Amino acid sequence: MITLNINGQNHDLDVEPEMPLLWVLRDRLNMTGTKFGCGVAQCGACTVHVDGESRRSCSTMVGDVVGSEITTIEGLDGKVAKAVQTAWQKLDVVQCGYCQSGQIMSAIALLSMIEKPTDADIDAGMEGNICRCGTYQRIRAAIHEAAKSLA
Amino acid sequence: MRFAQICLRQFAVISLSVVFGTALLFWQASNNLSHGEGTASAADSLKAWDKIATVLENPRCLNCHQVNSPLQGDERRLHVPLVVRGEDNLGVPGMRCTTCHSQTGNNPTSSVPGAPHWSLAPLEMNWQGLSPGDICRQLRDPKKNGNRNAEKLVTHFAEDELVGWGWTPGKGRMPVAMPRAELTEHVKTWLAGGSECPK
Repeated sequence: MITLNINGQNHDLDVEPEMPLLWVLRDRLNMTGTKFGCGVAQCGACTVHVDGESRRSCSTMVGDVVGSEITTIEGLDGKVAKAVQTAWQKLDVVQCGYCQSGQIMSAIALLSMIEKPTDADIDAGMEGNICRCGTYQRIRAAIHEAAKSLA
Repeated sequence: MRFAQICLRQFAVISLSVVFGTALLFWQASNNLSHGEGTASAADSLKAWDKIATVLENPRCLNCHQVNSPLQGDERRLHVPLVVRGEDNLGVPGMRCTTCHSQTGNNPTSSVPGAPHWSLAPLEMNWQGLSPGDICRQLRDPKKNGNRNAEKLVTHFAEDELVGWGWTPGKGRMPVAMPRAELTEHVKTWLAGGSECPK
């Protein structure tokens, strides 16, 4: 039995320690806000937070995150998360939306560590999140917008 | 008189030889690491280095001894997605090594590799663009090898868990061909013979 703390709540799960966190989220806990994209940590759609830092849940073995605080898109809270969500809506960032859960999780992790990121900080920190609709310019603008609102 | 002059000249030559010889030994000592255990000649040391170099040039070792971004795969292409060193050799906010890599081992589902203290080698340990001779001189310099003496270098090759990943890199990655125990013996010989480096 493995116990995971997800969005502030403990979940006892009868799973193997090597099972990807993404499978537990989507298939065991029905938390489908976190998306399956590539399954090999190449696209960023499955990004969650582990102890505040971004983590690709498709490549995270649940045994590695026992005792950590896991946050998914469903459990976002706090002023940085709020600022990012507001900026996303204000600039209408989303096109198809499939990657956006991961984009938002990475943006929050970035802004939590760098209050006023430059374009270069954003490009480097968001490099692992792919958007097939090509909303990169709006994502970058929204991160700047969120940083401004938090200042 | 003539005999005395010859004796004096001989004495001067011998004295100078001793002085220069000692100076040379000190110079050697300041450039090479202490010899560690065992005995080996300088020629043995050089020969051992050639064997060690074949391992260090394996993508499993070389790919993360890079200036700013690691390489990936047996073909040594730039890491996808692009990751950069950052302040602590572990990436930048949003894109940390741990964003994808486990500290406990390779991921059996996604095949993303992992091992304890997974990171880019510190900048002073960069091998990008260096010849085997340059890498050799860097490796024996405590200022550029993580402040390791001979004993610690042997331990690094023989026991470090991230180094050990080179032999168990997971599906789709070529492991280091030379057995680890054999590499460790070559490292000991290289050190015992005076950590000699090719030009």
